[in-house]
Amino acid sequence: MQSPQPIVNEFAITAATVNGSGSQTANMVLMRAIFQMGIPVSGKNLFPSNIQGEPTWYTLRVSQAGYTARPAETPILVAFNPRTAKEDLAQLPAGGICLYPADGPWQPQRADIIPLALPVRQILDQVGVSQRLRPYAANMVYVGALATLLGIEDTALTKAVQHQFRGKSSAVELNLAVIRAAQAWAANNPSPAHHRFRVTRMQATAGMMLIDGNTAAAIGAITGGVGVVAWYPITPSSSLIESLESYLPRLRPAGGGATCAIVQAEDEIAALGIVIGAGWAGARAMTATSGPGISLMTEFAGLGFFAEIPAVIWDVQRVGPSTGLPTRTAQSDLLSVYYLGHGDTRHVVLLPGTMEECYSDAQLAFDLAESLQTPVFVLSDLDLGMNIWMSRPFTYPEQPLQRGKVLSAEDLAKLTAYARFADVDGDGIGYRTLPGNPHPLAATLSRGTGHNERNVYSERPDDWQRNMARLWRKHETARRMVPRPVIDLHPQATVGLIGFGSTTPAIAEARDLLAAAGIAASSMRVRALPLGPEVTDFIARHQYCVVIEQNHDGQLRQLLQLHCPAYATRLASVAWCDGLPLTAPFVRDQVMAALEQMRDLALVMSK
Amino acid sequence: MTQAPVNAIGLTKNDYRGAPSTLCAGCGHDSVASQIIAAAFELSLPPHTVIRMSGIGCSSKSAAYFLGRSHGFNSLHGRMPSVTTGAHLANHTLRPLAVSGDGDTASIGLGQFIHLLRRNVPIVYIVENNGVYGLTKGQFSATADEGQELKHAGVNHLPPIDVCAEAILAGCGFVARSFAGDAKQVRELIKAAFNFHGAAVIDVISPCVTFNNHDRSTKSYTYGKTHESPIHDISFIPHYEAVTIDYEPGEARDVQLHDGPVIRLRKLHRDHDPTNRMAALALLEEARAANEFVTGLIYLNERRPTLAETLGIGQTPIAALPEERLRPSREAFAAVMAELAGE
Repeated sequence: MQSPQPIVNEFAITAATVNGSGSQTANMVLMRAIFQMGIPVSGKNLFPSNIQGEPTWYTLRVSQAGYTARPAETPILVAFNPRTAKEDLAQLPAGGICLYPADGPWQPQRADIIPLALPVRQILDQVGVSQRLRPYAANMVYVGALATLLGIEDTALTKAVQHQFRGKSSAVELNLAVIRAAQAWAANNPSPAHHRFRVTRMQATAGMMLIDGNTAAAIGAITGGVGVVAWYPITPSSSLIESLESYLPRLRPAGGGATCAIVQAEDEIAALGIVIGAGWAGARAMTATSGPGISLMTEFAGLGFFAEIPAVIWDVQRVGPSTGLPTRTAQSDLLSVYYLGHGDTRHVVLLPGTMEECYSDAQLAFDLAESLQTPVFVLSDLDLGMNIWMSRPFTYPEQPLQRGKVLSAEDLAKLTAYARFADVDGDGIGYRTLPGNPHPLAATLSRGTGHNERNVYSERPDDWQRNMARLWRKHETARRMVPRPVIDLHPQATVGLIGFGSTTPAIAEARDLLAAAGIAASSMRVRALPLGPEVTDFIARHQYCVVIEQNHDGQLRQLLQLHCPAYATRLASVAWCDGLPLTAPFVRDQVMAALEQMRDLALVMSK
Repeated sequence: MTQAPVNAIGLTKNDYRGAPSTLCAGCGHDSVASQIIAAAFELSLPPHTVIRMSGIGCSSKSAAYFLGRSHGFNSLHGRMPSVTTGAHLANHTLRPLAVSGDGDTASIGLGQFIHLLRRNVPIVYIVENNGVYGLTKGQFSATADEGQELKHAGVNHLPPIDVCAEAILAGCGFVARSFAGDAKQVRELIKAAFNFHGAAVIDVISPCVTFNNHDRSTKSYTYGKTHESPIHDISFIPHYEAVTIDYEPGEARDVQLHDGPVIRLRKLHRDHDPTNRMAALALLEEARAANEFVTGLIYLNERRPTLAETLGIGQTPIAALPEERLRPSREAFAAVMAELAGE
């Protein structure tokens, strides 16, 4: 085989391993080492709903251009799982490299790729790894081999190992020893795989950090003044609360008593019940869950909307109804969360698409929930929440907490009368009094039953109608308060790409691919529900709009069509949900197909 | 004109009343409500320190009919325990007084009931137990006795859930049963429960005059009045120092609560040690086997910490913490950012 020019800083690696074998640690070492060299990286973990022994894949993308979407193909395969090796090999493009254990039961049989057998057992023997640790340390063999093949700097590698095994010096030593031995073996055994792909130092990641969205949200919630957390474990949201538990003592030390109470509830019904009770009593309270938990929270979400209680609910979305695909990503709860509850409920929904937004929305959600006196949902997903993303460090908030309209006993003393739901300011938001307020006017009985302005039980038709009209006015106020869409206009574009959340990198990259194919496109990323006037303006400016989202039914497109029915027919849908993050070439192809169809349609309609 | 009597904090009984009841005339729940009002008045509870909590049902509606100057939350069917747990975590200086029913507690809400007690949220939890659904008009609840008959539902063939036994097994430290027709016992139990440090459950058999007050009902006024068998005569003594012992040894027993007040249990026709968990469960089981309607303080154990104590919440309620305690310091925040950036 000829030795072509090396491909530098623009490739991807897929490590196919067995879950529970510690391969995620090995992958993180690789990713962090390349990141340390200043080169943009991103990682997508494709893992099973299982504890140990099932296939798992990690795709690490290296991109000097800064693209972070899941790559459409990966030219380097680490085939460390014999059960999936045959199928994994079939995915490898021609000219790709396949690393596999020399002592395993499987060898690649393809003439158009570069095989490289790694003597895993021999290297582990040489380092003297104990029987107990061998399955874990085995993964460091491919890390070492790849370090030599790709030219990863030693200092970056050492730093990455130290970061990964923080404070465990014996683990640092052992893993580094295995990596070094594998590096030496690769250096002494030249192969066509050598420097076929290369990394060279850049300055693109200086000052950046690697983080997942659940950790970002946890830090945001702690910074945003969370006081009560109730939750029930469910993938992929559990790590949000577990992160919160681990960062809380460092960020808000409990001198003088805990400043945040965390309760693992008996189910998601109780989790939201605890949050509603705490919000009612004046604390900033939140829960985190995923689709099945959202289903269980439905009745409390309706109560929170109607009794007007602040609450923050994170939905880290996963695929499908029922158990679905619990370890895969989706954006398929948009409609159900927006309308969660019966009888004309509609909620405020934030749609973060970056790590910084996961952090800032965690705080904003509390400000909005208390200002609007209503449950606020934050829609993340498995891709945002559990995968590792590059981010700028988060900034400390400069604005005070927005605690909303709350009357103290002193405030009440200046009033002659008080009505909980009187729309004094015309924004649909009444004034709250918190339990414990000693003023004789303060007390009311909160309820999900029909009530009048004074929060007294009422079945009168006019009371009901008036209250629902006010709740709609409040929703209009919310529309003005939620984050504006992120819009990037191309002056000549007749095409607009619309999306939200974790598909942001795939859409941004697809936009460049479309430009290369001669299609100029603007982009708009929706940041929240309810939708605002900027959304209508964007759609009005573009003859063809394609709504790209990761669900089956085109849920955002449905909402956009309801929001601006006059433009409903110019909204095409690219709705795709197979559990994997979208890739840019896929989005490009789908957008082009959608445009083709629309242009045909336009032609037909003009006749 | 005579002035209405005032209590130690200068409030009249009227200050503890709520909206007029809309329950059926003669409903047992109304007599429980009036004993709640009497107990709160006699204890001189500042109304703003109490929160009235309820779920859904006739009993839960009654939260509107007492303590009108206390905040309250008439929440979801069977879910009052979680709402109360959240309120306790946000502000543990508030004292929840909850009214629930047999449907709300033992049917739809059994899970939340047990977890509330397991966590030991310091609540006064009154179950107004009539064995029947009222608002939906006459269906059986999970506490209906075997063989009970209802006009439309027919005969119940399933064993009842014993709210008191469930409470003891769940770790509740104050478990009592009473009868809405025994006003004094209900009142004394409520007063004792308010002074108990932890979750307190009072299962009050509270007849439904519309759907389950007939001759063959075990939850009717007639049945209660003819079958009630109190374990002891109970009285709550707020200031122990001021009280003289006026009984012979073996005649009565004083149980002191952690803040000083005393529950005095005057012995009637049986020996029962309410601080013995096995004895409490045995009493319930014997009463069930013998078809006896035993009332009184069945179990008392004040040793468990409350949920707020378990979680290490300080004196200031979380809801009242100032912003500087709810946010990290700039230094702590910067340190975490630096670590994440690998510095």
